[in-house]
Amino acid sequence: MTERKIRVLVGKPGLDGHDRGAKTVATVLRDHGMEVIYTGLHQTPEMIAEVAAQEDVDVVGLSILSGAHMALFPRVKSELAARGMGEVLLVGGGIIPPEDAEALEAQGYARLFGPGSPTEEIAEWIEARMSERLAGEGGRA
Amino acid sequence: MSANTDAVTPVDTRALWGEAMAAARLREASFTTLSGDELQAVYGPADVELDSERDLGWPGQFPFTRGVHASMYRGRLWTMRQFAGFGTARQTNERFKFLLDHGQTGLSVAFDFPTLMGYDSDDAIAAGEVGQVGVAIASLADMETLMDGIPMGEVSTSMTINGPASILLAFYIAAAQKQGVDPSAIRGTLQNDILKEYQAQHAWLVAPEPALRMITDMMAWCSAHAPQWNTISISGYHIREAGSTAAQELAFTLANGMEYVRRGVAAGLDVDAFAPRLSFFFDSHLDFFEEIAKFRAARRIWARKMRYEFGASDPRSWMCRFHTQTAGVSLTAQQPENNIVRTAFEALAAVLGGTQSLHTNSMDETLALPTEKSVKIALRTQQIIAEETEVPHVADPLAGSYFVEAQTARLEAEAEATFAEIESRGGVVPCIEAGYFQREIHRSAYAYQRAVEAGEKRVVGINCYTEEEPDGPPIEVHRIDPRVGEEQTDGLAALRARRDDAAVGRALDAVREACRGTDNLLERFVQAAHAYCPLGEISAVLREEFGHFKEPQIL
Amino acid sequence: MSSAADIVERLKAGERAAVARLISWAENGDPRFGGALGALFERVGRGRRTGITGPPGAGKSTLTNEFTGLSRAAGRTVGILAVDPSSPFSGGALLGDRIRMEERTSDSGVFIRSMASRGSHGGLARAAIDACDVMDAFGFEELLVETVGVGQAEFDVMEAVDTVVVVLCPGAGDGIQAMKAGLLEVADVLVVNKADVAGAERLLTDLEDAVSLRRRAEGAWEPPVVACAAGRGEGVTGVWEAVERHRAWLAVDGHLEARRARLRLAQVRGAVAEGLDGRLWRSGGLDERARALLAAGETPYDVAAELLSAVSAGSVEPEEVSGS
Ligand SMILES: Nc1nc2c(ncn2[C@@H]2O[C@H](COP(=O)(O)OP(=O)(O)OP(=O)(O)O)[C@@H](O)[C@H]2O)c(=O)[nH]1
Ligand SMILES: [Mg+2]
Repeated sequence: MTERKIRVLVGKPGLDGHDRGAKTVATVLRDHGMEVIYTGLHQTPEMIAEVAAQEDVDVVGLSILSGAHMALFPRVKSELAARGMGEVLLVGGGIIPPEDAEALEAQGYARLFGPGSPTEEIAEWIEARMSERLAGEGGRA
Repeated sequence: MSANTDAVTPVDTRALWGEAMAAARLREASFTTLSGDELQAVYGPADVELDSERDLGWPGQFPFTRGVHASMYRGRLWTMRQFAGFGTARQTNERFKFLLDHGQTGLSVAFDFPTLMGYDSDDAIAAGEVGQVGVAIASLADMETLMDGIPMGEVSTSMTINGPASILLAFYIAAAQKQGVDPSAIRGTLQNDILKEYQAQHAWLVAPEPALRMITDMMAWCSAHAPQWNTISISGYHIREAGSTAAQELAFTLANGMEYVRRGVAAGLDVDAFAPRLSFFFDSHLDFFEEIAKFRAARRIWARKMRYEFGASDPRSWMCRFHTQTAGVSLTAQQPENNIVRTAFEALAAVLGGTQSLHTNSMDETLALPTEKSVKIALRTQQIIAEETEVPHVADPLAGSYFVEAQTARLEAEAEATFAEIESRGGVVPCIEAGYFQREIHRSAYAYQRAVEAGEKRVVGINCYTEEEPDGPPIEVHRIDPRVGEEQTDGLAALRARRDDAAVGRALDAVREACRGTDNLLERFVQAAHAYCPLGEISAVLREEFGHFKEPQIL
Repeated sequence: MSSAADIVERLKAGERAAVARLISWAENGDPRFGGALGALFERVGRGRRTGITGPPGAGKSTLTNEFTGLSRAAGRTVGILAVDPSSPFSGGALLGDRIRMEERTSDSGVFIRSMASRGSHGGLARAAIDACDVMDAFGFEELLVETVGVGQAEFDVMEAVDTVVVVLCPGAGDGIQAMKAGLLEVADVLVVNKADVAGAERLLTDLEDAVSLRRRAEGAWEPPVVACAAGRGEGVTGVWEAVERHRAWLAVDGHLEARRARLRLAQVRGAVAEGLDGRLWRSGGLDERARALLAAGETPYDVAAELLSAVSAGSVEPEEVSGS
């Protein structure tokens, strides 16, 4: 048990039930050797942040297709911060217009993936960002 | 007089073709269906085993493979029904009037997520979602606004809602009554297909068993009081959009349909009293011939099941009538204008497959709510098929095509195998609880995604013929005014202030009583609607009495 | 980067994030973990440790959630460790047990941690024990460990607990399969879940027969066979009572001490094995030596003998693992 694995939470905030993308991405990340905690549907920002904290994840990925991202994504961010998880790599996906994506990136979201983003690209991007971070921490967290 | 000398020495033309084929150089491509099944290069008589009387019949005749009406589109074109709904009831009411003015023939209501999940617009959990993907209807008052100035005895309205479907129908009935229209005169369809919610779309209120009871109560009430109302629109659409194959869409949907019939019969209803009011809702995806075959197979399977397995004797009980929507998942955010073309092919497949009504997606649906212009183009797409292509003149024009008949038979056989599988796992509800459908759908979605990323399945603008996207949304995107949430919340607060609290309390008690006993729940919901009980308060009673459903873990 | 002392203070101050981080250290074999646990060790040992294992889909998470409900109703806090297998192909894992326990997310008296088996030499049992120790030190009173009973690594996880509940259900894991898999050997309580499903009765009697036929030493514990329908919340109290009976048995005649001694030994063995592994193979250069000897035409056992004697002669000088 000595390898450092990337731990990711894949969360579905809000009321929409479209989990096709979230589940596919979760599976692809698993195939890239990551340990993925999938929260299930209909999560509040508080629940997502609490799970992220208990699981001590490195990455939180949110998927939303209901148009409520501007209401929910910032709340996830602040709930995470309230639990000492402000450093977590935060990404999102779904139907997010570019100007919203910009606003969220300004608030600390590392990257927003739009519809049609190749899942391989998502996985590789996370791997690259995490290996930078881990190198910065001398190989461990 | 020997024009036909070839007949003397018969040649095996099939074998000749085979040789030519073996010698031919083929393109680098995967020749499979959209679902990844290998296709032959050509189909011939040996590929179909067809008894035309038994397997096809004629349009309007058992087993309805060729269509449910004798005259098909010569009698009446399909209903052009565009799904609409956003923001407040007032805004959607205006959009409805716009669509009716432009020749649309039926209304279709999309609800926002809080409504779909049975929460009031002012519930904390609804923050940011009110009016986003559909209209917020929190009480009879909102329903009255939605239908204001629209004659409820004349239009046909489709409401896409499931978990709290009975409650929304109660609002609709009550609004009609307030317009002076008797329930017997209302026409329309409620989606009300809770089984596929657990399987694919995931907007439920309570656990499957009590949810099914609400449905049988509704079937009983409507067969007595609202005989023109289609009680369930058994939907493959969401199963497909969640990632299933065409074969899974077909099999799961029909399995769900049969489950509703079983439940109705078990509740003591005569099958012919409610089955004619069941209708279906399918996806039309880009695999043109497979889709046409799917529609034909659906009619044939349903007719056979209803007649031979459930003993229905009214031919209307045998008919699989269905609405179709073009595939939202086939649209791309990249080069969105291409979506007009995709949608046109899908719409044509639906018409060739004999659909009763059709929704064509707007090109910008993957980006946000469609704009008025793109909605109009989508509607015009249907009108072009109807008026310019001359396609609607002939019923089931592809019957007898070796390929289409072989595909139809294959899909039927695959569906039968799936029914057996579901049966062996204890039936539809146990399969839902165990996550069987969910897992199957996820697997297909995952396989498809991998195929696209590996380039085995080509998608224009995604993995071929890509372009650098301009900055910003390439087309105009319709946005919901964030004040919609406030407006809704204020409206609800005003409603709570002016309603008769004692009457609300009594109505909710009656609902609770019905949950515990055997009173018809829809009857109680109609009373609660008239007392202006909000959706969330009624739903809360149901959740307390019936318990939650937790999604099974399938990953 | 926090130090062991830091995190120990944060844990003592009741910060749940510290629990989470310490478990990560345990999982990753972080050299800071040993010191941290040492500083907390006097607080370890109060929590009651129950394992829930059985075939996939038997209802382990559902039952774990029910146990949690009973414990919370009795005013006891609960720490849960949910172990799922890693993919043998990618080494990744999908950890989904907590979906069944979702309602506990907002309960501050419950802490749930998912752990992937990572399929490595006995290290899983060590990490599971470590994780329980951390939750125990924090003060969680009931410690529940769920793991699917499929492979040896998952089996070893049961070393971490005092009472092993084996959950079976009709269909998926019948009695014979369970016996073959050795599940009966580890069981302190045998549960037939999904009593509402056809075949449950049969499974119950099969298991009762199997248990009564087994040879047992004088005074040894005889696992009770209990039926429930966890999915409907039926019969769960009976199962929990069986767990309590086993605990009462543990409490006398030094049974609990014997179990805990075994647990500690497993923890030490795990830590030593991993430590040696890391030192010898990763930083001690044994790999290269073995490769060289094999390339020189020696047989595998000759190479092994040579390396072993080199190790015992102390001629392998492992570099100190940096940063500890
Ligand atoms: N009929 C019935 N189903 C149950 C019962 N308990 C659990 N289930 C169902 O069994 C399925 C598996 O339950 P889980 O609790 O996730 O099982 P598990 O053993 O934790 O599964 P894994 O962690 O995936 O190995 C779920 O669909 C539950 O709803 C029961 O008492 N009766
Ligand atoms: Mg589990």
